[in-house]
Amino acid sequence: MGGYGDVQLLRDDGLRLDGRKLDEMREVQIEAGVLPAADGSAWVKHGLNVAVCAVYGPMEAHPRKIQRQDRAVIDLRYNMAPFSTSDRIRPGFNRRSREISKVTAEALESVVLVERYPRSKIRVEIEILSAEAGTRCVGITAASVALADAGIPMRDMIVGVASGKVEDTVVLDLDKAEDNYGQADLPMGILPTTEEIAFLQMDGDLSVEEFNLCMEYNMKAAKEIHEIQMDALRRRYESKNGGA
Amino acid sequence: MGSPVGRHGDKEMTGAKEGAVQRLVTPGEAIGASSGARAGTGTLKQGDNIISTKLGYAKENNGVLFVEPIYSAYLPRSGDLVVGVIESVRNNLWFAEVNGPFNGLLPMSLAPWKVEFGAAREHMDIGDVMLARVQEVDEAHNIVLTMKGVGLRKLKEGSVLELPVNLIKTIRENNEEILNILKEISDCRIIVGDNGRIWVDGDPANITTVRDGIDLIKSMGHESNVLSSIQNYANERRNN
Repeated sequence: MGGYGDVQLLRDDGLRLDGRKLDEMREVQIEAGVLPAADGSAWVKHGLNVAVCAVYGPMEAHPRKIQRQDRAVIDLRYNMAPFSTSDRIRPGFNRRSREISKVTAEALESVVLVERYPRSKIRVEIEILSAEAGTRCVGITAASVALADAGIPMRDMIVGVASGKVEDTVVLDLDKAEDNYGQADLPMGILPTTEEIAFLQMDGDLSVEEFNLCMEYNMKAAKEIHEIQMDALRRRYESKNGGA
Repeated sequence: MGSPVGRHGDKEMTGAKEGAVQRLVTPGEAIGASSGARAGTGTLKQGDNIISTKLGYAKENNGVLFVEPIYSAYLPRSGDLVVGVIESVRNNLWFAEVNGPFNGLLPMSLAPWKVEFGAAREHMDIGDVMLARVQEVDEAHNIVLTMKGVGLRKLKEGSVLELPVNLIKTIRENNEEILNILKEISDCRIIVGDNGRIWVDGDPANITTVRDGIDLIKSMGHESNVLSSIQNYANERRNN
């Protein structure tokens, strides 16, 4: 069945190693507007993952060659801080961060009304300060809140969430051990109100039934995270003004 | 839904009840049915619903549902009065930074002076501040500015203050009530640009008075009691 057969990831009582149920997320906390200099920003803590996202723009797209005459481009940089894991991450782009930057930008482009800002770019910077597993999902969740905070028009919010398979059992929101020793991982970018999927990757194998169960778990989790996103945005403005 | 947040601009709302709680909405949130209502700014029709595309307060006026954003970037529209800063000069045109995503272009033909070819720099140089109007904005967001018009000129004195674009409306509403209070207590000349820049000229101490007032508006934002806070602030100043 692949994976690491000798690593026990489910306890005898059916719960997971950290005591979560199969369809239980790690705790999610979100704050909007944490960076005073940015047009929009967000801080997300999802389990042991911490991501900060800053949004600037829309502004004139530079260099000129990236400009699109009919829409805005999203200039996204996903980066893991050197101190985000126990193994030091070498600063700068690497193969993995390039990939995640690309797929995240594409996911956001389908939510942001990019056609409103031709020739412009919207700069989104996602910095992972602490990483456990599923940082690309945390990045998407953070970027969504930061974009809303920056007043950038969007069709919907977007939530990043993952499910996967460990010991032939489908579980929601993999932690580090489950990610490393599990059998499959299915991160998704979900538009919570319309239930559209803007981003999907799959690592490992899932049967159709398992895939559908993952979808179901992800949808449910996306709605929960969406509530937390909305709450973060509301809290920011119930007490404070709209200035940057 | 709906949260007990500050009210803003109640007087413009049709059928708004005193004390009605305004709804703070997030992108993607449905704010009404698409039948019977039209989708205004900051909204989008999606299936049977009109959804918000921005973070802001959902409002309704004459059957048009719209969202008044809490924070928004400046997007120039033709006819806007803007305070611009010259960013580059060519032989026969100027580029001015107008707080938007793109620089505005001011051609020699729309400048208030008779300019010799190559002498543009003698009239306005990089860093100079001017008051201009947006002549036109095309679909690719090219902005053409004009300085032909009453009061449009190079600003040689005074100081420029900034206020988030979405709050410019606040100081203008009810016949420029807040603006008039600021003018009265400070004895300054104040010009409010649509691009979130406010030009103030007068005695340095009086400019400070305006600046403090603007800072107050910045910090109050969308709260319903902006006007009364400004009135209190004005009373304090008058008594000193």
